[in-house]
Amino acid sequence: MRTPLFDQHLATGGRMVEFAGWEMPVQYTGILQEHKAVREACGVFDISHMGEFFVSGPGSTAWLDGLLTNNLTALPVGHAQYTILLNERGGVIDDLIAYRLGEENYLLIVNAAKIPEDAAWLRQHAVPEVHFEDRSAEFAALAIQGPQAASVFEKLFHRSMPAERNRVEEIQPGRSFIATTGYTGEAGFEWVMHATEAAAAWQAALDAGATPCGLGARDTLRLEMCYPLNGSDLSPDRTPLEAGLGFFVDLKKSAFIGRDVLLAQKASILPHKLCALRVLDKAPPVRPHYKVYVNGEPVTETTSGALSPSLGYGIAMAYLPPAYCDIGQMVDIEVRDRRFRAQVVKKPFYKKP
Amino acid sequence: MNIPENLRDATSHEWILVEGDTGTVGITDHAQAELTDIVFAEPPAIGKSVKAGDVAAVVESVKAASDIYAPVGGEVVERNEAIEADPSLLNTDPFGAGWIFKIRIADAAELAALKDAAAYREQIGA
Repeated sequence: MRTPLFDQHLATGGRMVEFAGWEMPVQYTGILQEHKAVREACGVFDISHMGEFFVSGPGSTAWLDGLLTNNLTALPVGHAQYTILLNERGGVIDDLIAYRLGEENYLLIVNAAKIPEDAAWLRQHAVPEVHFEDRSAEFAALAIQGPQAASVFEKLFHRSMPAERNRVEEIQPGRSFIATTGYTGEAGFEWVMHATEAAAAWQAALDAGATPCGLGARDTLRLEMCYPLNGSDLSPDRTPLEAGLGFFVDLKKSAFIGRDVLLAQKASILPHKLCALRVLDKAPPVRPHYKVYVNGEPVTETTSGALSPSLGYGIAMAYLPPAYCDIGQMVDIEVRDRRFRAQVVKKPFYKKP
Repeated sequence: MNIPENLRDATSHEWILVEGDTGTVGITDHAQAELTDIVFAEPPAIGKSVKAGDVAAVVESVKAASDIYAPVGGEVVERNEAIEADPSLLNTDPFGAGWIFKIRIADAAELAALKDAAAYREQIGA
């Protein structure tokens, strides 16, 4: 599949790769340069492959609160919330952003690879009067991120970017939305628009000074922040508590699918926790599915890994048994038959200087 | 795309500069452009003995690891430690400061199997 910006990517020098069934740019000029542009100036990413679901009608808030871990009842209109969709076993189906557009009116931004599964799950749990629509094909989206994102926003919309994180505004009712959210750890916003407006929006962002950035930089930026990637760091077999996402789980609100499992986990001990690992030795880049050893015994494998462009050393995440999750715990990561020392560190890896 | 005329190139995108019985080996401009940002390089140990086509070194970009093959057989006599400290030299100066290792060529006849600049240009469609 192709996003509405496919031709723009080719024209901008995008190197196209397959991602979740989509032909997406992994980079334009280079991952390191694009990563740096986002940390120091401003980058623009095509995130049109992500899904847009609309939920409306009386009872929408209660319905979604029965399906998602975070608390939408407590979320003011005009705000966005990171939240998680769980299966009956408390495992992660998807992590997503919910925009509260009205009291009973929502836009959900879901992962590209999970659009069919999420939509099927929501339809399977449908209730009368709540209207659910998967309109992913009609919409495009850009993520505009970096310390200069506010200046790009001003050029695009001729007013100031909302200073508060997680604000949502409808630029054009039902057609164009912005939220001060992101996946990079930088200031910025995400702009969801009708697909027919994508090419003009992309060009306007470039003209406003944003550097085109691909999925490669998106991955290194999010990993430096320890933001999980569904399918790598999140899975149907791991709960959000194991993934360290307890902040986005409201166990006190009324029942939601998976809550019983999370309550039971909370009352006992987590079988594994997603830990941040800093590679201490000079080593080749750590990648997903590399073996992790403690005291010479294989205990797990990495779920994500990279050579951090901002920090200059190797970083990775892995689910470790709780006994090995303390800050400072030494582990070894195997890279091409050699083991390199790494250490459990506090999340995130990267903090703004 | 820079394809120097004085080098021989392997189909697997290594170049060799022959001076007497010694060859200096690196990766081509085309290879570094395809690999993109190189963030790790490990030249072979001095004294390592390789046959033509053996894995002699490894370079890794942000996204992928790539084996570097010996274009001819012989013994490694020098390794470029500068690329360990600064792997981006392979991107910025692939035919100069980004060289990987030097090899004492065991059998000069193997050089005939490598490509000249014209044949390599044709291979990569440059």
